[in-house]
Amino acid sequence: MLLRLNRQTQQLEPKLAVSWRQSEGGKAITFRLRDGVRFSDGTPFGAEDVVYTFETMMDPAKLSPVGDSFRSAQGAPQARALSTSQVEIRFPAPVAGVERLFDQVTIVSARSPRKAMAALGPFALKEHRAGSYVLLERNPNYWEKDANGRALPYLDAVRLEILQNREMELIRFRRGELHLVNKLDADSFARLAADAPSAARDAGPSLEPEMLWFNQSPQSPLPAHKKAWFQSRAFRRAVSAAINREDLARLVYHGYARPAAGPVPAANRNWVNTSLAPHAYNPGDAVARLEKDGFRLRSGVLRDGKGTAVEFSVITNAGNKAREKMAAMIQQDLAKIGIKLNVVTLDFGSLIERITKTLNYESCLLGLVNLDLDPNAQMNVWLSSGASHQWNPAQKSPATAWEAEIDTWMRKQASTTDPARRKAAFDQVQRIAWEEAPFLYLVTKNFLVGVGPAVRNVQPASLHPAVFWNIERLALAAETSGIRP
Amino acid sequence: MKQLRIAAMGVLVAIFSASLAADLLSPHPYGEQYRDAVNAAPSRAFPMGTDDMGRDRLSRLLHACRVSLLLAPAAALVATTLAGLLGGAAGYLGGTADRVFLRLSDLFLSLPWLFLFLSVRSLLPLNAAPAVSAVATFLLLGVLGWAGPARVARACACGLRQSDFVMQAKANGRSPMRLLLVEIVRNLRPVLAAQFWLAIPVFVLAEANLGLLGLGVSEPLPSLGGLLRELENYQAVVSQPWMVAPAIILIGVTGCLHLVLGWEEIRR
Repeated sequence: MLLRLNRQTQQLEPKLAVSWRQSEGGKAITFRLRDGVRFSDGTPFGAEDVVYTFETMMDPAKLSPVGDSFRSAQGAPQARALSTSQVEIRFPAPVAGVERLFDQVTIVSARSPRKAMAALGPFALKEHRAGSYVLLERNPNYWEKDANGRALPYLDAVRLEILQNREMELIRFRRGELHLVNKLDADSFARLAADAPSAARDAGPSLEPEMLWFNQSPQSPLPAHKKAWFQSRAFRRAVSAAINREDLARLVYHGYARPAAGPVPAANRNWVNTSLAPHAYNPGDAVARLEKDGFRLRSGVLRDGKGTAVEFSVITNAGNKAREKMAAMIQQDLAKIGIKLNVVTLDFGSLIERITKTLNYESCLLGLVNLDLDPNAQMNVWLSSGASHQWNPAQKSPATAWEAEIDTWMRKQASTTDPARRKAAFDQVQRIAWEEAPFLYLVTKNFLVGVGPAVRNVQPASLHPAVFWNIERLALAAETSGIRP
Repeated sequence: MKQLRIAAMGVLVAIFSASLAADLLSPHPYGEQYRDAVNAAPSRAFPMGTDDMGRDRLSRLLHACRVSLLLAPAAALVATTLAGLLGGAAGYLGGTADRVFLRLSDLFLSLPWLFLFLSVRSLLPLNAAPAVSAVATFLLLGVLGWAGPARVARACACGLRQSDFVMQAKANGRSPMRLLLVEIVRNLRPVLAAQFWLAIPVFVLAEANLGLLGLGVSEPLPSLGGLLRELENYQAVVSQPWMVAPAIILIGVTGCLHLVLGWEEIRR
């Protein structure tokens, strides 16, 4: 990759590009490339490889998701070599925060007979068995050296095991057959922390909030009275206030989670709106909000203005024990304000079918995985026209004034390259999301990893790939004499 | 052997009676979460301790037994009734009807029932009460589980077709439907009874498998399968051995059913 996002500092650092410069108000970016770099098969690296990679990636026939993130409504960007060590990429319109996208672009050789198998990174693919493992071997031509001048990487080979279940993963890790586990669930982590505390590493809050949302789509086959409940801000905020997030974090995640306030977890240090706090647990306030909105709580049953008892279902994916537990706890919390919640666990295929195609569901409990820190990665979620605008997707025009306002702020942050103005605009989006509660953010899980006693230089971070993002500097105990990260 | 069967019968009667009286015997509501007493050890307040959400294990076990042990026989009844009617008709009629039956039962036996179950289950209404979802789960198991017993019933019906009493009934002018219900299905009763008893532990285990996948009976209603999921956490089992009670009940009921039934009857 040309640039790498340091998962700990969350800043970009030069890799194959020694420097980069944005110009023409964000419509062009120029990279100066590192000299003397070779692919793993010995082919020299140069500007033509970057151009070739970019053109291949932008080819619509390749269906590259990374390529899609570079594309804009105005068209696709163009790459050209200014010299053997300089590349310019021009965009039809300014793209805010575009440089971070290069963290995900793996450069492919234009001339090597091995094409994509020729690697520039610290390791090259040696063997791969689908559904079983990926074996990587040391790239002898890797350019980077440590502070003592020793060539990186330290390891000769890395084997990525693909295991069928988490229990097996933990058992093999404890036996010492695995050195690293990239992600542990809270149950496994708590067990590991109890008997091997040094192996259980908590990388802190992740970028993965768990959330619940109501189906507000007018096209959904739900009865009109339920649509009216779900479209009411008072109803959504009341449900939010009735959920005890502290209990969810404590009991479901063994304390390795914290109540979530909004769409941007605290782990995303540059973009989080720090003025927002999680909706407070207050069943009394929840009932007051509902009564103000025409609901009545009588004999332990909440009824709407027409006397219909409030009852709805929440769907979640079967087999995810944490979500099933959360749903059961929310069920009891909502019973306190007279709402009957029915928990339905579905296989993942049926669940996705319901939330994206048939829209035949009432509420959904799922988690969000953010791989990218930049708000542009969430355009599809926040724009009312977005397919991932889950509570009411793909609107022709914004259904509500607050969604129109979110659209405006999201477009504003995307149309400027000034970080301060972008942050201010995205803060507004977070504020509106907090007030209107289209998503009820429940908890943000911590990123939990397992690190074997023999592994050195691991710097667990809360961004993927959390435990081996600095794989070129990882080493085993026997190899680390005299090595400093 | 006879004493062992009597003892097994006693165990079954005790477990089924406790299941029926779950509401009376449970010290707490089965879904109530005592969040300040999670994973509690057995005590006077919680005789079998609490689970990781602070729910009383004894109350949940009693209700789980009721759900699993009462609905499994109902599912077995559905499966054996279908098996008797379809297998009996195919064996009696023979010819095209028999061939269609064989292909259909082959299809049902070879279908990945779990995926079939998932597809059918995803069509159920979302706001079904937990009790309704439990009934639907077992009913589906019953409807999907007819093929095996039906093959046995069909084989027996083939033998009955040429028997003297069926011939005589035919000569007396009995209608085909009456022949099927009175002469064939009635004479299949011992076979169907054995299939019924054999199907009960199969359905209890099938629900347990679904529960392990999180697709069994929905929250907060407990089932043996749902309770067995906790055993995945083997370390917790070591520190809280009372967690294995659902597994003991399941093994006990399955074992006792086989003892009470006796292999002789099954073979017969």
